[in-house]
Amino acid sequence: MTTSHITAERPAAAPGDDETPVLEVRDLHVEFKTREGIVRAVNGVNYSVRSGETLAVLGESGSGKSVTAQAIMGILDSPPGRVSKGEILFRGQDILKLSEEERRKLRGPKMAMIFQDALSALNPVFSVGNQLGEMFRVHQGMSKKDATAKAVELMDRVKIPAAKARVNDYPHQFSGGMRQRIMIAMALALEPDLIIADEPTTALDVTVQAQVMDLLAELQQEYAMGLILITHDLGVVADVADKIAVMYAGRIVEQSPIHELYKRPAHPYTRGLLDSIPRLDQKGQELYAIKGLPPNLLKPPAGCAFNPRCPKAQDICRTDVPALVPVTEQDGAELVGRTSACHFWKEQIHG
Amino acid sequence: MAELSKTDEAVDAPAEVIEEKALEAFAAPVERGEPILQVRNLVKHFPLTKGILMKRQIGAVKAVDGVSFDLYQGETLGIVGESGCGKSTVAKLLMLLETATSGEVFYKGQDITKLSGRALKAVRRNIQMVFQDPYTSLNPRMTVGDIIGEPFEIHPEVAPKGDRRRKVQELLDVVGLNPEYINRYPHQFSGGQRQRIGIARGLALNPEIIICDEPVSALDVSVQAQVINLMEKLQDEFNLSYIFIAHDLSIVRHISDRVGVMYLGKMAEIGTDTQIYDHPTHPYTQALLSAVPVPDPEVREQRERIILTGDVPSPANPPSGCRFRTRCWKAEDRCATEEPLLAIPTRFKGKDTPAAHVSACHFAEEKAILAV
Repeated sequence: MTTSHITAERPAAAPGDDETPVLEVRDLHVEFKTREGIVRAVNGVNYSVRSGETLAVLGESGSGKSVTAQAIMGILDSPPGRVSKGEILFRGQDILKLSEEERRKLRGPKMAMIFQDALSALNPVFSVGNQLGEMFRVHQGMSKKDATAKAVELMDRVKIPAAKARVNDYPHQFSGGMRQRIMIAMALALEPDLIIADEPTTALDVTVQAQVMDLLAELQQEYAMGLILITHDLGVVADVADKIAVMYAGRIVEQSPIHELYKRPAHPYTRGLLDSIPRLDQKGQELYAIKGLPPNLLKPPAGCAFNPRCPKAQDICRTDVPALVPVTEQDGAELVGRTSACHFWKEQIHG
Repeated sequence: MAELSKTDEAVDAPAEVIEEKALEAFAAPVERGEPILQVRNLVKHFPLTKGILMKRQIGAVKAVDGVSFDLYQGETLGIVGESGCGKSTVAKLLMLLETATSGEVFYKGQDITKLSGRALKAVRRNIQMVFQDPYTSLNPRMTVGDIIGEPFEIHPEVAPKGDRRRKVQELLDVVGLNPEYINRYPHQFSGGQRQRIGIARGLALNPEIIICDEPVSALDVSVQAQVINLMEKLQDEFNLSYIFIAHDLSIVRHISDRVGVMYLGKMAEIGTDTQIYDHPTHPYTQALLSAVPVPDPEVREQRERIILTGDVPSPANPPSGCRFRTRCWKAEDRCATEEPLLAIPTRFKGKDTPAAHVSACHFAEEKAILAV
């Protein structure tokens, strides 16, 4: 069977099954109170990441992918946001129950985040060396001099040329790709177990994007970190991820190992996304487009949130919310790691 | 080219004569497949100055440095390149939003860079633009009806006053929006809908050329396809010529008939979509194509990727000779001294191969790239 030899090819991606994941998100709900009402941005998200593994979270803007990440990091804007339900287990411990001070101690040494727009994520009035060194000064009580030396070392690690000469430069003096490297260096500084990269290359050009993704993958292998890669680009995901979770309107609609997803998606939304990528043989034809717009989370549609845009929607889709269920082969054989939240996943995957 | 030189003769003629002649030329239709826009050696340098009272020029950012290409009637010319390569400046120069430092833009054989008065107004009517960011390119204080109707204020001959509301509603219908939305404000629309409003505004004056500067890059993936389809439909319906500037190579390939690749203010390679994507001969094009993340993990494992080192050099101080040499794996001494011309490489000259298209490289050769 195709599945087995694919996993065999990529041993790094599948560490022992008995190992507890670095991070496990269970039934997470996040809501925002607004003047118009309560926006349920995340509605019961479950996923897990092991060390050395890359989980890609794919979704459009407003699908809740970044909010989930912010909830994990504990940097949710609250108020108005708040985690209304669920657990976030970091190495088996529910971090939502920790005090603010204890969570602060996790951020940096245990988990770190890479943001999309490095220019606004870095402080413009401090030199990059100062900002990199801050990690060591605050978390490890290092002296200023040692911290700067560490910063140079880190800048070397992420392949910034002439690191020593540039350590006192300010963020605006670096190009976009170099700034993103500094963000990566900052996240790596204390060698965390988990890194969340929120659209790390969206603001970069393709040639630079390739450099940065390569660097990230290389460092992840080296430190055996868990990586959550948040993106909307099916191309970037295909390059680095081991498994993928597709989000729509605050829920995961499909989870799958990376190869499987592209071969036969088990949810009509994923199918639509894959079909709307221009392909060679479709030149001159109309592109497939998912009709309509992403839903307004103030008034999500009844039943499956995708039903107004779904070409296969039936009556049941308008009334019942589909659960995320395991996907199996036609003969009932298990497909490891595959789930789909569609009433008609069988028809979708097996035709 | 004989047609182009006419404007040079007319330089001494009085302004009114030039204007009349230009207006006459603009009124004439262009056959499909004939060039409608010809750009020759277009240059735009932004001066760098020092001092507050006594401003001295200490250099220039060479944003566009000698770009030439043709746009044929009814076709889509894609322009790709990294940020800072000058593709948006080219768009602004073609729109006459910036004054070119030197070079010519011939629209229907008339140089439009030096026009003024009625002739300039006529050109502006015929060349319109769709902007990248649908959030900032629409005035938040104007209703959709005012935004789309504003071009008619400047060009009242297109739609008489009493007829405007109907015209605007027609345009809304054409771009797939409900005509009843005419009194709404931009913030009441989603990104994709706003881009449709931007397109409707571009269409208002029945232009012949639309310059699209990254029209879909700010949109969600599932909405991008809708807007691309709309643009293709409109092109057929209104016989438009597009200049489509983007950095997403797979979308450019889908929509374009020909593609130009820009690097640091210059054209590196121009050809049909097959020539550029399947038979690129310039190393930069090859690197660019190989860096595109392919949305298929199996193809990804087979392909060779060329990862360029470093960033694009500063356009204020571009490298001597070939501008790509600092990042090129083929660079030799010759590249530092002699600037390669945008021409069909000698080794492919006269041969009937898709590689025989213009490419500005001394060592142009084919390289198998699994393209997008």
